[in-house]
Amino acid sequence: MQSRSSAVVMTIYLLFLLIPIYWLINMSLKTNTEITSTFSLWPQTFTLQNYVTILTDPSWYMGYVNSLIYVTLNVVISLTVALPAAYAFSRYNFMGDKHLFFWLLTNRMAPPAVFALPFFQLYSSVGLFDTHIAIALAHCLFNVPLAVWILEGFMRGVPKEIDETAYIDGYSFPKFFVKIFMPLIASGIGVAAFFCFMFSWVELLLSRTLATVNAKSIAATMTRTVSASGMDWGVLAAAGVLTIVPGALVIYFVRNYIAKGFALGRV
Amino acid sequence: MDKTQNNKAWFLVLPVLLLVAFSAVLPLMTVVNYAFNDTFGQNEFFWEGLGWFEDMVSSERLHDALGRQILFSGIILAIQVPLGIFIALNMPKKGFWSSLVLILMALPLLIPFNVVGTIWQIFGRVDIGLLGHTLAAMGVDYNYTNDALDAWITLVVMDVWHWTSLVALLCYAGLQSIPQAYYQAAKIDQATRWSIFRYIELPKMKGVLLIAVLLRFMDSFMIYTEPFVLTGGGPGNSTTFLSIDLAKMATGQFDLGPAAAFSLMYFCVILLISWVFYTVMTNLDREENR
Repeated sequence: MQSRSSAVVMTIYLLFLLIPIYWLINMSLKTNTEITSTFSLWPQTFTLQNYVTILTDPSWYMGYVNSLIYVTLNVVISLTVALPAAYAFSRYNFMGDKHLFFWLLTNRMAPPAVFALPFFQLYSSVGLFDTHIAIALAHCLFNVPLAVWILEGFMRGVPKEIDETAYIDGYSFPKFFVKIFMPLIASGIGVAAFFCFMFSWVELLLSRTLATVNAKSIAATMTRTVSASGMDWGVLAAAGVLTIVPGALVIYFVRNYIAKGFALGRV
Repeated sequence: MDKTQNNKAWFLVLPVLLLVAFSAVLPLMTVVNYAFNDTFGQNEFFWEGLGWFEDMVSSERLHDALGRQILFSGIILAIQVPLGIFIALNMPKKGFWSSLVLILMALPLLIPFNVVGTIWQIFGRVDIGLLGHTLAAMGVDYNYTNDALDAWITLVVMDVWHWTSLVALLCYAGLQSIPQAYYQAAKIDQATRWSIFRYIELPKMKGVLLIAVLLRFMDSFMIYTEPFVLTGGGPGNSTTFLSIDLAKMATGQFDLGPAAAFSLMYFCVILLISWVFYTVMTNLDREENR
């Protein structure tokens, strides 16, 4: 009885989540004339033309390549600097640790709109404007604190005796960290990487401000689909569908970590 | 866990410190510089003092945007938190269905903000969208581009669609960490469903719930892209939230001074509220452990 009502609730909720996405996929498979002239629940004249347009036009598909490059860079940078810091926060008391931790979190709370203009000037003056690394660094603003926060929660769950035993066995700190400690918190790293990927992938304001041509993200590319003949709804929808794909793939790969990770850690 | 006192731990934190200093402190200093000066380009600055701040504090436009922002965040929290808990309680606990539901629920979280805006822009349009078309067919006068109330409802539904899963996933994680023994004990005591929820599940979820509230508050308070794509702040100014107003001021009109002053105050408001949340959170934690 209990489980049947649960199933009903979940079905309704998942339908609510999936119908708008279905509508986008539906539109991406229609021609523009069909979109504007007739209203139908599924494509009447099935076409893949919208996808062909995107995958053959460099100004479209380079957007995806650029986005993937800076997102990957960002995940790598964030995790590399966050791992030792999270270890320090989870294992030691040191001068000003609580204040530092809160200060880090405040960066997660800073509205990107506040930082857009200064970032633009800063990166222009050091010659990083319109490069992938600039966007990756800018996204570190909110991803590094988040990664530290998540990893710290996971590391706290690992008993300290493990560290001590490893030192007695003659492991040096770097060797212990990479060989023993990191495998122990693998699910935590997975969850942190997932969140870094997510927030970097979905961000528009900073990536649009910091790139014009060479590192232009797909999100920014999508904001100009208004052509001479009005809105190109079909291509817009197809581009939207393609932005969902990498996310869906990432979720698929980390799904076990997510289930386990969510259960273990605090995020 | 008791931690050792060790100031050498600073070396482990150093990389983070340098990186965040480069990407947060330097830009923030630039903002501060603009906020107190007036400039006509060419790096010439004239001391303006608190002038911009006074302008901004007494600005009608800012008051309106702030009011709308608070209302929006309030509505979002009031809907998403209870709904998220409710969904989490109904999620399958293990097996194939659990993985499937997790993946499907995480899907909206991985969609770029502007695509979320686009999806709902299309979905809500009366001529080509399923939602708009259905409502029109049912005789509801719905048009989010003309009617302020409709625009608001669309925005709220969109945000619920986008973020409720996050709250639900966090709560689900909290629920998963409750040992089975607790439920068995409750069964022996013949506890009702409500008291299981009230005295076992809710206290155990408190930690993650507070994180969820904090994240949702911060993100809804900074919301920019979705309303920008969906309504562009309109009709009129009815959905112009703080971030949209700020971006208009800074990159649209290049009123750097007022925009910077506005930025600083905006940041301080978020900081203040988040600090209150954070303190309450850690204090609750401490009472719990005593």
